Amino acid sequence: MYVYDEFDRTFLSERVADFRDQVARRLSGELNEEEFKPLRLMNGVYLQLHAYMLRVCIPYGTLSSHQMRALASVARRYDRGYGHFTTRQNIQFNWIKLAELPDAMDELAAAGIHGIQTSGNCIRNTTTDPWAGATPEEIEDPRLYAEVIRQWSTLHPEFTYLPRKFKIAITAAKHDRAAIRVHDIGLRLHRRGAETGFEVIVGGGLGRTPFVGKTIRDFLPKQHLLSYLEAILRVYNSGGRRDNIYKARIKIQVHEVGTEEFARRVEEEWAQIRDGALLLDEAAFDQIRDRFVTPAFEPLDDAPDALAEALKNPDFARWHANSVGPHKVAGHAIVTVSLKPVGKPPGDATAEQMDGIADLADAFAYGEIRVAHEQNLTLPHVRQKDLPELWRRLDALGLATPNVGLISDIIACPGLDYCSLANARSIPLAQRLTERFADPDRIADIGRMHINISGCINACGHHHVGHIGILGVEKKEQEFYQVTLGGKGNHKTKLGELIGPAVSEDEVVDVVERIVDTYLDLRAGPSETFIAAVQRLGLEPFKERAYAAR
Amino acid sequence: MTSPLQQKLKITGPTAITANRLADGVVVWLTPQRTWSEAIADAAIATTSDEVHALLASAQADELEAVGAYPARVAVEDGKARPANLRERIRVDGPTVAFGSAA
Repeated sequence: MYVYDEFDRTFLSERVADFRDQVARRLSGELNEEEFKPLRLMNGVYLQLHAYMLRVCIPYGTLSSHQMRALASVARRYDRGYGHFTTRQNIQFNWIKLAELPDAMDELAAAGIHGIQTSGNCIRNTTTDPWAGATPEEIEDPRLYAEVIRQWSTLHPEFTYLPRKFKIAITAAKHDRAAIRVHDIGLRLHRRGAETGFEVIVGGGLGRTPFVGKTIRDFLPKQHLLSYLEAILRVYNSGGRRDNIYKARIKIQVHEVGTEEFARRVEEEWAQIRDGALLLDEAAFDQIRDRFVTPAFEPLDDAPDALAEALKNPDFARWHANSVGPHKVAGHAIVTVSLKPVGKPPGDATAEQMDGIADLADAFAYGEIRVAHEQNLTLPHVRQKDLPELWRRLDALGLATPNVGLISDIIACPGLDYCSLANARSIPLAQRLTERFADPDRIADIGRMHINISGCINACGHHHVGHIGILGVEKKEQEFYQVTLGGKGNHKTKLGELIGPAVSEDEVVDVVERIVDTYLDLRAGPSETFIAAVQRLGLEPFKERAYAAR
Repeated sequence: MTSPLQQKLKITGPTAITANRLADGVVVWLTPQRTWSEAIADAAIATTSDEVHALLASAQADELEAVGAYPARVAVEDGKARPANLRERIRVDGPTVAFGSAA
């Protein structure tokens, strides 16, 4: 956990005081909506279908148990007792009253969290691997660099009014759990000899014009991280389109000018600033590194007897098989907590569950929690001997669904049930799919599978990179859904391909089931995953069967 | 349903003016008395473009009670407005899914 210093705490408290004043002036009529709207958006406050929505930033997805309890308290006191974890590792509260928002923000600020830069055309929360600092795969903890970026990008005077919003993701592991190739900038930490640096990827993004990001630099020495980001942002800020909101993201600029030309412009800009004030020396990294509190891991043995005994229980074994990942320290494990119970809204957690997770983090995970972009939570540091007890207590909270990485671990945006931009509902469809695929044996047989659902072309559910992607569209005020196949958001990112005309709300679950059955019938064997089968077979057999019964 | 925020003003039938209440975001409807009501049944119903424009102008002139006013097509039953599409039904009745501890 990174511990804020006095500067951060003062900044947050002053910012809430400013917002309290702005809300009072809006309610009294001193400010009109045109004047107030940009102010509330800068603090993460949207007006949605039924109410104001507060989006709270969770820097690089890392939360302390104390912060999780603050989120639970806000859910309980100011909202309707729950929150929704998002694909940007943030949390959204859907029912907060404008007049009460400053009080809610005060509570959050006391715990070091806020909604600043979760909206608007600025640099948003930098996201990263939820397994950061725990996985043996990584070469270094990427959160150090995410924190460097947070400090640089917060209220950056030059980049507060960009052509459009700007999202950065970073990973330090071979397996990309941060979807870096579908961000405005993706950073992959790697080594060249003894030196640590970044592969720099730009122009990725989903939405109405999806692109996989392009590498503009294979290796950027880490001390140049900020100057190079600044150069990219300057090229974008000066050359990105402001005449058309749909063409204003950096991905359009990179596409229009070409990757080589964009890279040339960045290098040209960078040459002028690379050794200036943004050059990071080891002392600068150390200063930030020192504020990260690292757990004092106990020396333990892998595969303790208590775990071996518990694995004889088939229910525990099933959960363990897909929820528990390897840890860099012997005797420890990474646990993914599914927020996808069968028939429930994906990514939602009640205040009681948030408090429960906080208690479990304190008891079993050194007080640390992560939010994953798959809308699940992660306990990054769990002693293996504690896994059976953790599982029992998660189960009591309704949080031990053994479906992580499987077909019912669905990513879905809030859709038309909440969002003012949506064309169709996402959550009820996700619920029906989880009910259709509720049998644990069946979903284990289907194996690794990602279904992503977006309620509109803005693609908050990342449907383009779902193995099965579902996009809600409207036809004559009726909900229809387009289906894509073959997308993936990992280190081999690929955009899914549309298999045919949109199908009605009534048909879509059956269509998905027919696609899954086609895979089960045609796969080379149980070891061939769905995505591998789609790559081998192409779309045609799936398309044929998906539409056969219509 | 395409967001009304993304649509051009086009009147195709009985229409009411709706918005969100400033203080708490609750969905409200403009009444014939030019006040705001939480009940869609209280909404003023316009059937011509001129009537809609007049109601909308009145709603947008209000800077203190409600925000984001827009015309919504409604169905009419016994002289009362009710939602004519899923989007407005969700705004009137709330999410179609259980949430929080009721989920």
